[in-house]
Amino acid sequence: MQNSLHQMRLLDELARRPNSINNLHPLTKLLTTLAYLVVVVSFGRYEISALLPLVFYPVILLAFTDLPIGEIMKRIGWTLPFIIGLGIFNPLFDHQTVSVLGFSISQGWLTFLSIFIKCVLTVAAGVLLIATTGMDKLGSALRMLRVPKIFVLQLLLTYRYISVLGNELARMLRAYSLRAPGHKGIKREAWGSFTGNLLLRSFDRAQRVYAAMCLRGFSGDYHAGRMNPPERREMIFILGWLAFFIAARIYDLPAWLGSLLTGVIS
Amino acid sequence: MSHHRVEVRDLYFSYPDGHEAIRNMSFSIYHGESVGIIGANGAGKSTLLMLLMGILFPDGGEIVVGDTRLTRKTMTMIRQRLGMVFQDPDDQLFMTTVRDDVAFGPRNFGLEEAEVEMRVEEALAQVGIPHLIDRAPFKLSGGEKRAAAIATVLSMKPDILIMDEPTSSLDPKSRRRVMELLKTFEHTKIITSHDLDMVLETCQRVIVISNGAVAADGNAVNILSDPELLDRCGLEMPLSLQNCPHCGCSKLSRDRF
Amino acid sequence: MHMADALISPAVGGAMLAVTAGLAVYSASKVKEEMDEKKIPLMGVMGAFVFAAQMINFTIPATGSSGHIGGGILLAILLGPYAGFLTMASVLLIQALFFADGGLLAYGCNVFNLGFWSCFVAYPLIYRWFTRKGLSARNISWGAIIGVVVGLQLGAFSVVLETLASGKTELPFSTFVLLMQPIHLAIGLVEGLITAAVVTFVWKARPEILAKTAIGAALGNLSLRKVLTALTIAVVLVGGGLSWFASANPDGLEWSMERVAGTAELEAPEGIHQSLADLQERTAFLPDYSFKSSDEEVGSVTVEETQASWPAVDAGTSVSGLVGGALTLGLAALIGLVISRSRKKAGSITAENAV
Repeated sequence: MQNSLHQMRLLDELARRPNSINNLHPLTKLLTTLAYLVVVVSFGRYEISALLPLVFYPVILLAFTDLPIGEIMKRIGWTLPFIIGLGIFNPLFDHQTVSVLGFSISQGWLTFLSIFIKCVLTVAAGVLLIATTGMDKLGSALRMLRVPKIFVLQLLLTYRYISVLGNELARMLRAYSLRAPGHKGIKREAWGSFTGNLLLRSFDRAQRVYAAMCLRGFSGDYHAGRMNPPERREMIFILGWLAFFIAARIYDLPAWLGSLLTGVIS
Repeated sequence: MSHHRVEVRDLYFSYPDGHEAIRNMSFSIYHGESVGIIGANGAGKSTLLMLLMGILFPDGGEIVVGDTRLTRKTMTMIRQRLGMVFQDPDDQLFMTTVRDDVAFGPRNFGLEEAEVEMRVEEALAQVGIPHLIDRAPFKLSGGEKRAAAIATVLSMKPDILIMDEPTSSLDPKSRRRVMELLKTFEHTKIITSHDLDMVLETCQRVIVISNGAVAADGNAVNILSDPELLDRCGLEMPLSLQNCPHCGCSKLSRDRF
Repeated sequence: MHMADALISPAVGGAMLAVTAGLAVYSASKVKEEMDEKKIPLMGVMGAFVFAAQMINFTIPATGSSGHIGGGILLAILLGPYAGFLTMASVLLIQALFFADGGLLAYGCNVFNLGFWSCFVAYPLIYRWFTRKGLSARNISWGAIIGVVVGLQLGAFSVVLETLASGKTELPFSTFVLLMQPIHLAIGLVEGLITAAVVTFVWKARPEILAKTAIGAALGNLSLRKVLTALTIAVVLVGGGLSWFASANPDGLEWSMERVAGTAELEAPEGIHQSLADLQERTAFLPDYSFKSSDEEVGSVTVEETQASWPAVDAGTSVSGLVGGALTLGLAALIGLVISRSRKKAGSITAENAV
């Protein structure tokens, strides 16, 4: 639990540092990320080298933000098991073979590799988004996209109280483990009471928060405050990357590059 | 000015489970007064605060703020004049940045964003944490949270400040800072606390609650140096007034105030 | 059970995002309509609670392994279906953003799989049915257990459908189903028992919390008809999106098989492929049927281009493709290094100037 809290804290902190990417309007980053994801995921299952130029997006963003690459690696690591679990069936079930540099391997390995690369790229894009934007700015971006206020406000509240409740849970778990040494989890008899206690405490806290909100004039409506409108450099950012994504999608850039090189050599 | 006055008349309140929390309570608090409300746990202090803010509604009697009776209809208007600081600042800091929390109240009043920003900066300057404006609440220390929570209320420019245990869980320096801060406020102040030394320093008047009723109401020094009264109400004297632990001589014999 | 972006296609992701968005807007308006916007702080804190509770290890007796809670039905029980759905959606969004637990493009799928079934199907049709005569430890428990199990089964099945519709995996339908459903049956049982224990505890300790939603004040009129309508819309959207792709290839699946294999049926080579093929034959309900995406026609390097050189699929595995690929990666790494080095230098220069 502490680890998760730490992760969230870390990403939030990273997003608050002032640098050129963090300072961009959150809507810009959100839209660019979504476009990126759509493009990456739209590649056919056998296209591998054509997919590779898209690695420029995360790499360049990483370079400009000094994000620790370990954070991305970690999350790729967490996502991989399920992906590998499903993807590994591809080589097993695909009965076609293909020749690569003279070796004959199952086509399924290509699709597997494709999935793997897509996993790396999509996870990286997701991490980059939150690590350069931060939750409250993302909330404003969602509001701009006309996402219902109720959802955005309660999203922010959930985010806010995860650390509070997380700490409460950590204390409860510590107390539990001191009286149940060696146990790795909550035993059956305590399932209801342990979780239920946290729930009741959370419920009471919610009542207090509600009171606090009402006392400061809350009546259901959410005012987000002023958000700077996107500037010209935002448009350049989005359009520039979009052009690159589309070009990479339509043209097989590495093949062209490679044939240039091999053409020169031969 | 009459609109800073808070009057409680013949107040009665019982919880759904039958527990009679407030019995026939009456008192008046005037403009600019600093009143400490003290009592043992379960005496009814928190209930009283909730009744004052309109979170609970009395079974009998009434609460009048200024010239307006507190009812469901007048609640919103009255809440603009009363500002309550909760015991647990985490309940009050529910947005993702300090700025948004302090701005929450003014924004709900429908103020222009420029005015809101000004109020936010003013409030944070008043409590001494202007540098924390963009900090996330989970990164604040206990004292900083407390200051931020106070700022969230100050930005609404209330006439009357109600504070529930403002110095609880604070380390000595933070506690001192909050106490000094309270002394600078010119608002009418109603403070509940177990920290009797703080009450002695910051409040001129003290109301003692015992078993849901007012047991004593008067000058802070007088009440807090009356050991029998305090003992009857489940309290004891503030540490600063108790007998010297070394020589045993009474501090009351000297003219402290 | 959270789906990652790499396993879905834009069509599926987009369609499910649209469905989820529609459900979210509908839920938000219902919450507002029933003046439950006062519930917003409760929704927020409960969302945080579910997030935290998902971290708790519940030791399963006699196995030594641990189970976890998902939270969909629990939220629906505590908040009502609409608020519960929105809360679940926010928990999933935070998980997707901060922990890559579920992709962003796949967010719509995940909210649907984990939120729709539990809040709009399992809760009203199962839990409420069990507790229709009033709350008791028995009713609550049965309602929770069966509700969670059914909700999870439906969710798991949705994962199967969505993954296969995306066509990124070779896994045949029957095998996939046989993998997913039993696992999630077990997971569902455990989660159901945990949920039952928690709800029972809350009901005994503070019955008024449950009474509010049990009365149905926050429930509105969630009828079977509305649920079915929503489902139909979802199916139409997803199916429509996919058939738009499929229509480009007149015979759809048979076509892709023929072009790839030259024959409508493949002969399985020996070894593991043979045994798997046998397994497939025996377990398949639709023996000649296996989903394959028809996104081949969208990409630049497609199967049809290289039909003449079957069986080699030119996926950039030719020499120039490999060289180009390696060059691209190298170029990217180089550019990245150059940028970050120059930024660091600029940073240290300004630092020196500042001093």
